[in-house]
Amino acid sequence: MEHSNKYIFIYSLVMVVLVAVALTIVAVQLKPAQDDNIRIEKMQNILSSVNVPVAEIPKKQVIDVYHKYVKTAFAVNDKGEIVESDPEKVFKIEMANELKKDPAQQQLPVFVAVLDNGDSAVVVPLRGKGLWGAIWGYISFKTDYNTVYGCMFDHKSETPGLGAEINQSWFQKPFLGKTIFDEGGNMVSIGIMKKGQIKKEAHDVDAISGGTITSKGVQKMIKDNLDSYQAYFKKHFRS
Amino acid sequence: MNEEKIKKEKDPWFSAKNLTLLRNPFNLNNPVTVQVLGICSALAVTVQLKPAIVMALSVTIVTAFSNLIISSLRDTIPSRIRIIVQLVVVAALVIIVDQILKAYVYDVSKKLSVFVGLIITNCILMGRLEAFAMANKPWPSFIDGIGNGLGYGLILVTVAFFRELLGSGKFYGMKVIPEAFYKAGYVDNGLMILPPMALMTIGIIIWIQRWKKPELQEKN
Repeated sequence: MEHSNKYIFIYSLVMVVLVAVALTIVAVQLKPAQDDNIRIEKMQNILSSVNVPVAEIPKKQVIDVYHKYVKTAFAVNDKGEIVESDPEKVFKIEMANELKKDPAQQQLPVFVAVLDNGDSAVVVPLRGKGLWGAIWGYISFKTDYNTVYGCMFDHKSETPGLGAEINQSWFQKPFLGKTIFDEGGNMVSIGIMKKGQIKKEAHDVDAISGGTITSKGVQKMIKDNLDSYQAYFKKHFRS
Repeated sequence: MNEEKIKKEKDPWFSAKNLTLLRNPFNLNNPVTVQVLGICSALAVTVQLKPAIVMALSVTIVTAFSNLIISSLRDTIPSRIRIIVQLVVVAALVIIVDQILKAYVYDVSKKLSVFVGLIITNCILMGRLEAFAMANKPWPSFIDGIGNGLGYGLILVTVAFFRELLGSGKFYGMKVIPEAFYKAGYVDNGLMILPPMALMTIGIIIWIQRWKKPELQEKN
């Protein structure tokens, strides 16, 4: 059956409006649940970087556990001064957006976790790029602002079995106890090296064989992000 | 009198004809192994069982409901813009499914990432809409959608089962290959995790199916 142009025009108009309304309703209804998921994931990541076994915590309790451990959070600028101290606002800062800004404008989040065993740890977010896409993570330091307390990395689309291994514990465990300042008090960050090339035991960890570019990406991510925090870390660093 | 007659001739909900619609895609008319449609997503989301199952259910829901909607509208759809109408319906359903996954099974939705969105371009969907829903009543179309979605899902789940078992020694995320095997020198096959092995696995399934069903073999 042939339809007139008018019919086709009205038909498509009505259809598009109906679909648009339906999609808007769905999107608005589900938005709070989706935002919660993103918040919870960020909390899980931060907890994971201070060695809290997040996999064992039911999703509903993550928010409570997070608030139990992470009571303080603030943002610093490139001179190491605290510019924002409301934990809620700090939590909302997106590191990826901050890194795009002029260094003088950046608000760099710092989270302080106090754990059951009495340890305190300082957590900073990391953002970088791997071989195929974005990589990110959180790294935590003991209160000497030098020794790595824990870390977590994750990735968008690194190669399974190779670069994608950065989110596995065998890759992350060796970071624990490494230091980011050398004897002279210079920030050297953490090197991710081929086994044979590791010279500075205190600062270097094993790379992933076959995942060279992702490994280098993690190394560059840690170095670049810590560079932004350098002033703040130098202020508080105790050897 | 006349009206009564028409009612009597109407198929019951689960008539033999309708059940064939449901059963055929599992075997002689499987969308993946016989029609070779929807291969792209079959390669991408079959590393583990859980995402494969969620993907299979999502595709089933979208095929079933797009078939139902298009079939109910089939007499009103202007033929000149029918593909556009089909796409709008499919796209809307896919977006709804994607939003629901993001809200309720966030970790799985992250693993499926773009592939839920790409259900829109899955040839199984457009194929069923054009070939079936445009010419049949809503209920048979709905059944046909369910059948084809599940037929696609069956292959997805089978492939994912073998890839997860051989590639990471797990079943639905649980370690099933005992530690003793690894101590004795068994190593997970890393190749199974990579997409090419999904293609190989589907190839093997097609091979077995054609060996069991000679009527599927080409005659030249």
